[in-house]
Amino acid sequence: MRVVEKRQLLSAEEISRTLNRLAHEIVEKSGGAHHVALIGVRRRGVPLSQRLAVAIKGFAQIDVPVGTLDITLYRDDLSTIGPQPVVQSTNIDFAVDNRDLVIVDDVLYTGRTIRAAMNGLFDLGRPKRVRLLVLVDRGHRELPIEATFIGQTIQTSDTEIVEVRLTEIDGEERVMLVDRVS
Amino acid sequence: MLERLPHLLGIESLSREQIEFFLDQAKPFQEFQLYPLKKLATLRGKTVALAFFEPSTRTRISFTTAASRLGADTMALQAEASSLKKGESLMDTVRTLEAMKPDAIVMRHSSSGAPHFVAERLEIPVLNAGDGTHEHPTQALLDALTIRDRAGRLESLNVTILGDILHSRVARSNIHLLGKFGARITLCGPSMWVPREVEGLAPQVRRTFSVDRALEGADVVMTLRVQTERIHEPALAPDEYIAGYQLTPERLRRAKPDALVMHPGPMIRGLEIDPAVADGPQSCVLEQVTNGLAVRMALLYHLVGGPPADAPHPAKD
Repeated sequence: MRVVEKRQLLSAEEISRTLNRLAHEIVEKSGGAHHVALIGVRRRGVPLSQRLAVAIKGFAQIDVPVGTLDITLYRDDLSTIGPQPVVQSTNIDFAVDNRDLVIVDDVLYTGRTIRAAMNGLFDLGRPKRVRLLVLVDRGHRELPIEATFIGQTIQTSDTEIVEVRLTEIDGEERVMLVDRVS
Repeated sequence: MLERLPHLLGIESLSREQIEFFLDQAKPFQEFQLYPLKKLATLRGKTVALAFFEPSTRTRISFTTAASRLGADTMALQAEASSLKKGESLMDTVRTLEAMKPDAIVMRHSSSGAPHFVAERLEIPVLNAGDGTHEHPTQALLDALTIRDRAGRLESLNVTILGDILHSRVARSNIHLLGKFGARITLCGPSMWVPREVEGLAPQVRRTFSVDRALEGADVVMTLRVQTERIHEPALAPDEYIAGYQLTPERLRRAKPDALVMHPGPMIRGLEIDPAVADGPQSCVLEQVTNGLAVRMALLYHLVGGPPADAPHPAKD
């Protein structure tokens, strides 16, 4: 199987502008964001959540706590795939009880990752509210899950892949639509 | 990502890379021990059989808890109550357990090599929880995790092991493991317990019968449990062992100031270790217990998780 790039969805500059808008939306829709905490889903949700926190600090002077969540142990496909995926650390060094949490991920697709993330979060306590922020919503949901904060919504076919590349992880910065060709 | 291990039978056959992989994988499970809700559904629907043909408290509880926190069920066979007492053969007992369709067997046996014998004949993973005087791989892994956390590294440490080396599977697994990381290992105890052969277990192993010399410059001091059935007159009286080999605060001063003190348990205070050392700031005894859970969860996750060996392959997308 080969993959071919079909088109670029977001440039580095567009990613930056989108995140800035999303950071403003979080503050607007949270009554000031004083109880908000961001939870970045490994891997690419992590740098996104950190950048959002920096942006919020920049214009609203609010320190928003940021945690990292690894969903591996909560996946629903572990009994069908093999070998076992590597488990990473979850680093959430604040109490989630009564927090206004925003889960941050790069792409919203089937919704299964977010279901797993919510299970993981509820093992840590009882948040007051949980919302979802994604850079790209590409449709094809398999669960009743929607995002509150969306960078860009795009139509995709199910053979296509949305590839998010971030400087911190990939050494480049852009979002592409690629297709699988067999 | 490493190729999946079919069984965990011993440390000797593991590569340094495999050992590091499991230590890294234990990390998230260490953090998990601090969660308010310690119950995952990761291995839901899986069953782990615990076949302890030799009495065990802590290792059995640790494996049971590890399986349970991952969401697996356990079925336990206990030496005292089992049909072994009625003369059933090892293979018949194991086959009976296998017929109840567990997804893995955790096994302890008084004969060295028993888990290997069973592993060759079963389709499911076998985890060695101690075989005779041979190996106790999960103990060595949890010890390594404890050392790496406290000392910041595993490479090139001076490690002293005190006690009955000859009969200790804990010592043997630890020598294999630490030897792969370039440890300089000093074995010390009464001469009948530290035979010349143990020097061949790893590249840099030396023997000494003097505790003071053994402890000089040590980064890690491991004391072993003295099996009371093995100390008796005339060969060795308990008083002689205490006088010659007990780890006391005075003796420990010969080791590096921040040397770690470890004990696999159960610990007999006043025999192999002075209570002041056992409870002192250098002691890692309780961390070893907590790390045991993390290591066993990581191992169960990797050996027991995923589709069973005979499952039909899921359709590829």
